[in-house]
Amino acid sequence: MLTFLLRRVAAGLVLLYVLATAAFAMMSLTGTDAVRNISGNTATPAQVAAKTHELGLDRPWISQYGSWLGHAVRGDFGVSWFSGDPVAASLALKVPVTLSVVVAGLILATALSIVLGVAAAVRRGWLDRVVQVLAILGYAVPSFLAALALSVIVAVKLRWLPATGYVPFAVSPSGWFQSITLPAVSLSIGVIAATAQQVRGSAIDVLRQDFVRTLRSRGISERRVLFRHVLRNAAPPALTVLSLQFIGLVGGAVITEKVFGLPGVGSAAVTASTNGDTPLVMGVVVYLVFIVVAVNLLVDVAYGWLNPKVRVR
Amino acid sequence: MTNPPGETTPATPSAPGALSRRGGVGRRLLRNLVAVVCLTVLALLVLATVFAPLLTSHSPTRPSLLDTFASPGAAHPLGGDSVGRDVLARLLYGGRVSLLGAFLAVAVALLIGVPTGLVSGYYRGWVDAAFSWVASLVMAAPAIMVLLVAIAAIGPDANAAMTVLGVILAPGVFRLVRASVTSVREELYVDAAHVSGLNDLRIVRRHILPVVQAPTIIQAAQMFGVAVVIQAGIEFLGLGSASEASWGAMLNEAFANLYIEPTLLVAPGVAIVVTVASVGLLANALRDTLLEGGHAAPARRLRRTKTPDSPPADSPVRDDDGDALLTVRNLRVSYPTSDGEATVVDGVSLSVRHGEVVGLVGESGSGKSQTAFSVLGLLPPEARREAEGLSFGGKDLRRLGGKAMSGLRGRRIAYVPQEPMSNLDPSFRIGSQLADPMRLHLKISAGEARKRALALLERVGIDRPERVYDAYPHQISGGMAQRVLIAGAVSCDPDLLIADEPTTALDVTVQAEVLDLLRELQRERRMGMILVTHNFGVVADICDHVLVMRSGKVVESAPVGQLFANPHHAYTRMLLASTLEDAPTRTPLDDGTPARTTVQEKA
Repeated sequence: MLTFLLRRVAAGLVLLYVLATAAFAMMSLTGTDAVRNISGNTATPAQVAAKTHELGLDRPWISQYGSWLGHAVRGDFGVSWFSGDPVAASLALKVPVTLSVVVAGLILATALSIVLGVAAAVRRGWLDRVVQVLAILGYAVPSFLAALALSVIVAVKLRWLPATGYVPFAVSPSGWFQSITLPAVSLSIGVIAATAQQVRGSAIDVLRQDFVRTLRSRGISERRVLFRHVLRNAAPPALTVLSLQFIGLVGGAVITEKVFGLPGVGSAAVTASTNGDTPLVMGVVVYLVFIVVAVNLLVDVAYGWLNPKVRVR
Repeated sequence: MTNPPGETTPATPSAPGALSRRGGVGRRLLRNLVAVVCLTVLALLVLATVFAPLLTSHSPTRPSLLDTFASPGAAHPLGGDSVGRDVLARLLYGGRVSLLGAFLAVAVALLIGVPTGLVSGYYRGWVDAAFSWVASLVMAAPAIMVLLVAIAAIGPDANAAMTVLGVILAPGVFRLVRASVTSVREELYVDAAHVSGLNDLRIVRRHILPVVQAPTIIQAAQMFGVAVVIQAGIEFLGLGSASEASWGAMLNEAFANLYIEPTLLVAPGVAIVVTVASVGLLANALRDTLLEGGHAAPARRLRRTKTPDSPPADSPVRDDDGDALLTVRNLRVSYPTSDGEATVVDGVSLSVRHGEVVGLVGESGSGKSQTAFSVLGLLPPEARREAEGLSFGGKDLRRLGGKAMSGLRGRRIAYVPQEPMSNLDPSFRIGSQLADPMRLHLKISAGEARKRALALLERVGIDRPERVYDAYPHQISGGMAQRVLIAGAVSCDPDLLIADEPTTALDVTVQAEVLDLLRELQRERRMGMILVTHNFGVVADICDHVLVMRSGKVVESAPVGQLFANPHHAYTRMLLASTLEDAPTRTPLDDGTPARTTVQEKA
């Protein structure tokens, strides 16, 4: 298990490195527009050249890349070309916002997917059809559309929850909870749709297994059979779907943050991307990929816990 | 799906199950109501955007201060937006951008994914390794992040972004195609084609593409939906082409005026949801039609009835035999099918006394196992069980609720299954699976349960009980697993043991040992036992009384000596003769590898 995990950590680091390098290459291939954006339309060629030199963009690509990498491994992602703020420091403020929303959405989605999926598998009938319809709806209603609808109905019309803004947990736990509820709910809808469907499918598969009948033949109560044995065996495939959905969740957060005016990584990414702000874009890439890698690692650990065949090897 | 209805594809004997099914797919799809509705909706959407100039005289981009936030009316059927542009015109022209963008992404994904998938699956080796590595890399990156980086590098351009999206989606196509190719490649007819000298290109075209086709079409439909959503997302973020109308840009505009005119969200929102839902439902319908050969899965809308059998009110349970532990009278088990009911057990009566071993013999499908499961109350929910009498230890099993039945199962009636490996929960240690029922039924402590479980493991002939106690099912052999299951069955000292072909899946040498064990335990504990088998050798060894079953009916019931000496029924004679002719009847199976995973033995 330990070597397995170490291998996964190594694979994650390779992924991080390759994606960061690819992103850096892409950004560098077209760097001139950014200088024009920073300097403004009225800048003389001389001013543009000076700015280009100041940002080090006149150096060979490999040297730019080398110095970025050298600093990045030490956690220094440079300063934003536009705001002049250190990237690492400003992202350190934004990551908790995004993580709050994404993790809350993930927890909500996991809990509801399990309940809905298992209930649909056992009861079938109308509940089953509700889950099927939900799966189609979750696929058809993009999370940002759900976010917009929730924002209009719950926040603007009913005024139950704030429409925009973020309150750090340290400032007010209840304010924090209120500020992330709508974003988390709108993010979770699509995940619930996909995952509940998977939980339902694999629970039905497990319920057909011989050992379930044997467990029942031992007089084990139906509830215990379901929640101890069936769920445990149905979990690994559901976990795979959940981890794939998580990557989508991080993407969905980018748009959801805009709808709810949250100062997270996503908003920073959009701004950086529009401006062509290479240091900030690179910082966002590294942070987001890091989060994805970390979650995949957690999924691997959970996998090993759930499936003894992975663990004992 | 391109074949017009009525035209039959010439039978190509190449890829069985792929080409031969194509003939009626178009027609079958048209018979699927959901598919027809979705196709109609999508066709109307495409036509509406193509013929936008005919449907509206307004320009999607020309502002008009007079029409700012105009209400829907004759001039503007869907009203005007914040700068007075006609919402309907923007919706129609914007649809072009949105649908074309999604189409572009899907086309790019297929152009990259299909050829690489074919090459990877067909040639394998280092090409496959390289492609697969790149694919997993791209799949691990959050799509929006890649898109944002691309937009940062290229600048805001929706079509460029959609091309990049196609690249992001390509690994999904690649994996699907690769998996399909890999599975066909193993098939014999591909080898045969190789031998007969067809070149690779022709093999791919004739034998492999037809198999890849169906899943790829389905995936393309799903990707189209995803692409519409992401296209809208990009435009919504303002990262698309600002000058053009699109559904995402309309959402962006509506969002900016959320407090003034929230209804602006409705038109683009509905357009996106209707498009994506249609594509998604169409993909589902395609899957049903293309992959499942058009036979829509039988809609199982059966409810789990609390009491599947309703005993006739005026039939007092009388035990013919005062000594009987179990009495079954006129048992019927049936399953609903598409054409009425299939009866798998038809009027079976039997009784088991304390310490008596009753054999249920017959070929597979004769209803032996179904009879056994009826007694245990473990028939599948859709089964219907009826009986004139079904009593155990003086209790009418037909009247027992789920909870009372659970209390009886494991405690007084126990079960030994056929396939040892598939009957242990793979996720739990052997020990907990043994100890749990004991703690539940005997109300003993965890420590006491462990002690008893270890003693039981030793009793059933397991050398190192502690090691097996802590093992997972996949770590022990089939013979050992069957001993564990027998230990589990007798753990709470039951009165009746129901063994369903307990030795069938085992190695010949292990068979004899397990049978000996069962007989010893049965005598030692004076258990009644129902032994389901199709092996007369087993019957002769262990049974006191035998019932011979055929097609759900008991054709002969006699004490074992009498049956062997003087079989009455022709079927019994035939079974006996066949046993003697080709004894031993079983071909040995590898120890520990379950021959097949039987779900249940049904007629």
